[in-house]
Amino acid sequence: MSPNLRIAFRFLTAKKRAMLMSLSCIVLGVGLFVVTQATTSGFEQFFIRTILGTNGAIRIEDKIQYTIRSMSADGYGSDYEIRTKEGRKYIEGIEEPKLVIDAVKRFPNVAGVSEVLHGAVIMRSAFKNESVRVYGINIDDHLKVSDIERQIIRGQIDDFRGTPSGSLVGLEMARRMQLEVGESYQLEVGGQLRRYRVSAIYETGVSDIDRVRVYLNMGEARSLLRKPTGASFIQVGLINKDRAVADAAHMTEVLHHLSKSWQEREKTWLEVFRALRISSAITVSVFTLIAGLAMFNTLAMIVMEKTKEIAILRSMGYTREDISRIFLWQATIVLTIGTVLGWILGATITYAVSKTPISIRGIFAADTFIVAWSIWHYVAATLTAVVMVMLASLVPARRAARLEPGDVIRGTAQ
Amino acid sequence: MGTSKGQIALRCANIHRYLGQGEGRVHVLKGVSFEAQRGQVYAIVGPSGCGKSTLLYLLGLLDRQDDGDIWINDRLMSNSSDADRTAARGEHIGFVFQFHFLMQEFTALENVMMPMRKLGRLLPEAMEARARHLLGEVGLGEKPHRLGTQLSGGEQQRVAIARALANEPAIILADEPTGNLDVKNSTMVFDLLTRLAKENGQAVILVTHNPEIAGRCDSVRPMRDGLFV
Repeated sequence: MSPNLRIAFRFLTAKKRAMLMSLSCIVLGVGLFVVTQATTSGFEQFFIRTILGTNGAIRIEDKIQYTIRSMSADGYGSDYEIRTKEGRKYIEGIEEPKLVIDAVKRFPNVAGVSEVLHGAVIMRSAFKNESVRVYGINIDDHLKVSDIERQIIRGQIDDFRGTPSGSLVGLEMARRMQLEVGESYQLEVGGQLRRYRVSAIYETGVSDIDRVRVYLNMGEARSLLRKPTGASFIQVGLINKDRAVADAAHMTEVLHHLSKSWQEREKTWLEVFRALRISSAITVSVFTLIAGLAMFNTLAMIVMEKTKEIAILRSMGYTREDISRIFLWQATIVLTIGTVLGWILGATITYAVSKTPISIRGIFAADTFIVAWSIWHYVAATLTAVVMVMLASLVPARRAARLEPGDVIRGTAQ
Repeated sequence: MGTSKGQIALRCANIHRYLGQGEGRVHVLKGVSFEAQRGQVYAIVGPSGCGKSTLLYLLGLLDRQDDGDIWINDRLMSNSSDADRTAARGEHIGFVFQFHFLMQEFTALENVMMPMRKLGRLLPEAMEARARHLLGEVGLGEKPHRLGTQLSGGEQQRVAIARALANEPAIILADEPTGNLDVKNSTMVFDLLTRLAKENGQAVILVTHNPEIAGRCDSVRPMRDGLFV
C-alpha cells in the first residue's frame, strides 16, 4: 500500500459521520440510477420486441411512382424552368408481391418475408356487430416475421393452418364479441357474408391490434376481399433489427416501394421512452450531485482540520502532489465502496421490481414490471458518480496541496 | 574560519525576510548569516518576535527568503524548485516542533515510519526494525502501537524526535522542543536529542527560550531585531 493511500485511509476515519453521508448519497445515486435505467430500458425493449413481433422490422407498402420534377426549355440552368414541389407519388399496395419478395430475400440481413392483404369488414356474432380489419397471411411465412405463435393464449396455430375457415382473433375482440376458441362468427363485406371459426385467440398487448385485427389464411382473405392478386404490404423480419433504418432506405431505393423501418413507424413512442430514460437519469443524478457536494464539504472540513498534519507531511518530504493525492484517494475510497454498494442496491431493487405484479395493456402486455439487465446501466451510473465526486474533490485536494507549511506551522506555533 | 567544508551541514548568508502585507509589512530578518557543523548543537535564543522561528523555517526550506542564500550539504537551495526543496527536506532535514505534531490517527511506530515510507530507501521490514530501534532509543520501545492520543506530552515529543531521526538526516531543526514540557521531560528530551545527534554526527539547531537548555548547547546565538548579536 502506498504511503499516500495509507494516510488517506486513516484520515477517512477522522470524519466517519460526514464520510458515511457522502457514502450513502453515492450508494443511493448509483443504485437508483441503475434501477431507473433498468425499468425504463426494460419497458422500451419490451415495447420494441412487441412491435417487432406484431408489425415486423420493416414494412414495405406503397409503390413509388416518380413524376416530373422540373422542366426546362434548354437543359439544366435554363432561364425557362418549371419546378414541381414533389418528385414522386405513391400508389397504394403492392401489385407484384412475388417479385418484390424475391428481391427482398436477396438482402443479406433479411430473416423472413410475409405478404399481407388487409381490408375492412364487419364482424357479426350472436352478441353484436363490430367493424374489424381482416389480415390475410400465409401463416408459415408470417411466423418468420412475427411472434404470433408466442402471442397465442388460447387455441392452436396448427388448427388455423389446417382449416381454411379458421381465424386468429385478438383477445380484446374476442371479449367484446364474446367469442371462444371453436366458436363461429360471420364476416360481411360488399354484401357477401361468410362464416369463420375461431382457431385461436392471441394477445399482443397492443390494444389497436387486439381490438380490430383478425387473421385469415391468405386464400380465404383474397376470396373474401375479392383481391385475387397483389398485397397490401410486405412484412420483413431482420436478423439484426438495429440495421432496419439503413435496410429500409436501401429497399425503398432498390424496390421503388416505400419501406418503413420500425424506428420510423414508432418514432413517437420511442422518443417518449428516450425522454423518460433521460429525465429519470437526470432526476436520480441529483443524489449523485448531493454526494459530490457532501464529499466536497467533508474534504474541505478535513483540509481545514488537518492543516498542521499537512504541514508536517510536507516537512517530512511529502510533495504537493502527494498531499493532493491523499485527498483524492479519500474520495476514491468512498467512491469505490459507494459504487460497489450502489451496484448491489441497484441489482437488488431491480430484481425486486421485476417480481412486482402490475398489469399493463395498451402498447404492450405485461403482468410484472419489465426490467432490462445491462452492464451499461452500471457503467453509466459509475461514470456519473465518478465525474461528480471526483470533480467535487478536486477543489479541496488542490487547496490542501497549495498550503504553505511555513505559514501553517508559524501560525500554529504562535 | 577553520572548519572544513565537508563538516558544514547547513549554511546561510545574508538572509532577509519580510512578513505581512502593505503597511503591516515587517522586515523580520535583516541579513542573517549562519553555519552549522555536523555533531554540534546550536541554540538560537532571543525575545519573542526577533525572528528565531522564521529563520528556522527558512533553514528548513519550509519558507522562502526574500534575499540571501542557503546551502544544505553544500548544495545551494535558495532558488531551487519546490520539488527539490521537498526532496531535500525528506532526505537531509528532520524537524521537531513545540507541539509535537504527531499524526494522531497513527501509532507511534507508524509515525516514525512515515518519513521512511516517503523516502523509500529501506524495505518495509527494515523500516519497521529501524522505527522500533529509534523508539527504543527514546525510551518508548514498549509502546510502539500506542496512538498519538494515548501518549503523554513528553512521550509524544520523544516520538517526534524519533521521527525526525528516521531518515538519518544531516540536520535536525527543533523549534522550542521543550517549550511545552515540564522540567523533567524537558531535560530528558534535550539529552536525548543531543545524544542521538552527536552519536550520528548530525547538526542540531534549536530555538529555545530556556536559558538552561541553551547553556548546555555547544554554541549559543542570541538574536535581536532580526540579526544575530
